Amino acid sequence: MEVQDRHSANTNVMLEIHGLHAKVGDKEILKGIDLTVNAGEVHAVMGPNGSGKSTLAQVLAGNPAYEVTAGSVTYEGRDLLEMQPEERAQAGIFLAFQYPVEIPGVSNAYFFRAAYNEIRKARGEEEVDPLEFAGIMEQKLEVVEMDPAMLSRSVNAGFSGGEKKRNEILQMAVLEPKLAILDETDSGLDIDALRIVADGVNKLKRPDRATIVVTHYQRLLNYIVPDVVHVLANGRIVKSGGKELALELEEKGYDWITGGAPAGATA
Amino acid sequence: MTDAVAYVEQFRKFAASGGGGDDAPEWVRAMRSSALERFTQLGFPTTKNEDWHFTSVAPIAERQFVPLTAPSGDVRRTDLEPFLFAATERWPLAVFVNGRFAPELSHLEHLPAGVRVLPLARAWDEAPELARRIGTVARHDAQTFTALNAAFLHDGAVIHVAADRVAEHPIHLVFVTDRHAANGVSYPRNLVVAGANARATVIESYVGLGDASYFTNAVTEVVVDRGATLAHYKLQRESQNAYHVGTIETTQERDSHYVSFSLATGAALSRTNIGTVLGGEGCGATLNGLYMLDGAQHGDHQTRIEHAQPNTFSRELYKGVLDGESHGVFNGKVYVRPIAQKTDGKQTNNTLLLSERAQIDTKPQLEIFADDVKCTHGATVGRLDEVSLFYMKSRGIGADEARKLLTYAFAADVLETIENDLVRNGLEAMTLARFV
Repeated sequence: MEVQDRHSANTNVMLEIHGLHAKVGDKEILKGIDLTVNAGEVHAVMGPNGSGKSTLAQVLAGNPAYEVTAGSVTYEGRDLLEMQPEERAQAGIFLAFQYPVEIPGVSNAYFFRAAYNEIRKARGEEEVDPLEFAGIMEQKLEVVEMDPAMLSRSVNAGFSGGEKKRNEILQMAVLEPKLAILDETDSGLDIDALRIVADGVNKLKRPDRATIVVTHYQRLLNYIVPDVVHVLANGRIVKSGGKELALELEEKGYDWITGGAPAGATA
Repeated sequence: MTDAVAYVEQFRKFAASGGGGDDAPEWVRAMRSSALERFTQLGFPTTKNEDWHFTSVAPIAERQFVPLTAPSGDVRRTDLEPFLFAATERWPLAVFVNGRFAPELSHLEHLPAGVRVLPLARAWDEAPELARRIGTVARHDAQTFTALNAAFLHDGAVIHVAADRVAEHPIHLVFVTDRHAANGVSYPRNLVVAGANARATVIESYVGLGDASYFTNAVTEVVVDRGATLAHYKLQRESQNAYHVGTIETTQERDSHYVSFSLATGAALSRTNIGTVLGGEGCGATLNGLYMLDGAQHGDHQTRIEHAQPNTFSRELYKGVLDGESHGVFNGKVYVRPIAQKTDGKQTNNTLLLSERAQIDTKPQLEIFADDVKCTHGATVGRLDEVSLFYMKSRGIGADEARKLLTYAFAADVLETIENDLVRNGLEAMTLARFV
């Protein structure tokens, strides 16, 4: 594939996926994914429902509900599949969930600080006290235009869909991951929320960081401009290209690539 | 019927010593005798009794607990600090050691106008009309442990908040059993009367200072008069080897609100009975609770909410966290009398099992005899949610920490309903320290 060739010249590889197969229960969902992400890049992973986009995101974050049956994933030279979910997070991987989890009884303030300190500890940095952390949060809250009052609320509990997604981006802004994976963060967002979410992602952009944007629709990619667009169908990447591929998909749908095969069927 | 002979023998000694040395008036002596008679008739309940099906009191029935007569004298104020919520001296505090009022550890000097807090052994002289209400709400004719308590009653707290008065700070009753009380039993007996439109918070703490095996059999009677609001927290943090049976019986008048919270973390075997009768239109009752048990602990809550008049509401949420081989029991009855139309009741019991061997018996019950009511109930038993665990881990929080935090969160949910900031914060900190 031309995209892979282009990247092979680049020595700054962050994530390398080879022949990745994964299943949930008895159902095989990923059927041989190959993907290389270099530092500084934004990759969009698009595809119809059931193509395996979210599974790929969950597998990268280490969700134990998914079983990897074949293939390898190397992250910064380490075998990612050997790492626990918390080790992956501590090593700089962040997944913005498609369905953020509600945790009644744990305040956002406590949750954010616990996560922040765990990641600092892993980096060999000092933990911060609540007062110091409040200052950090104040700045980050502005980025996602969120009311500081949300800090005293329980994590995602009773949040609207948009608030939950913004809370994910806020976590991302606070934890400053090297590799951010956004799993359909755009679904259910109005245009204002979409812009806020995209701003949060773009502000994080640096040459030593990378982003994987998993999305069904092209519209988020108006705000977060990808370097590479991949189309996933039936558990495989069937096409990769530049940002114009996303526009083409928006216009023509997925059938012209996937051959009209129903989602989940063997290609 | 289980053998109650040892307790009858103890009563003979107790009566012969003039009720353990007090000068109780004739009506108290008469009540003790009649209660003992009733106790011997009732005997200890067996697990064939529906209300005791999941809790065997054989360890209490078969032991020879000796009534505690006097504190050993070595309980210091600093021993009590962990249980006092860092409250100021503004909180009226009545401490009872081994069932007897301990004036040197108490401070009742800041009582607001219209608020009386007296030890029972003084109340029957100083406030006889009030003390006389003892036995009118928690009658000793049906319940073994209430009868046993009445047979041996000698001290406790009598609280009266006059009509239209607001007790700004919680009134804290601390029943402490000291380190030397092994094989002893105390029978605290309390009365709380909130006058019309009064507002007050009363806390009953039951704590043990050592790891002695002793028995506490407490009864509290509560009257919430017209339009009054009473918050009533019962916090059971007895020694891990203790036995505890605590009963609260409440009667409510029109437009009153009774807010109960029960915490059970201590004792080898504990049983808490909380019952309220919504006896006037517009009454409301909130009964919440939390049990956290570990090791071989057994903790049983029985609640009864009786909707006796139309247009009353009740809300009940009990949560439990069970670890080790502990055994929790929740039996909640909501009873709606035929006349109690427009009753609005909701009852929930959720238990989190942290180990394979922990066990819960839950029995939410609705008994509805009116036809125009809205009542729901439900119970869940579960383990920690894998999705939530993964979510926390994906943020860098380690597996152990995530588990502890989710356990805390499960419990904190019901602690959040406690209105008093210091009590809520104190119990949240205690829960956090237990799990995190």
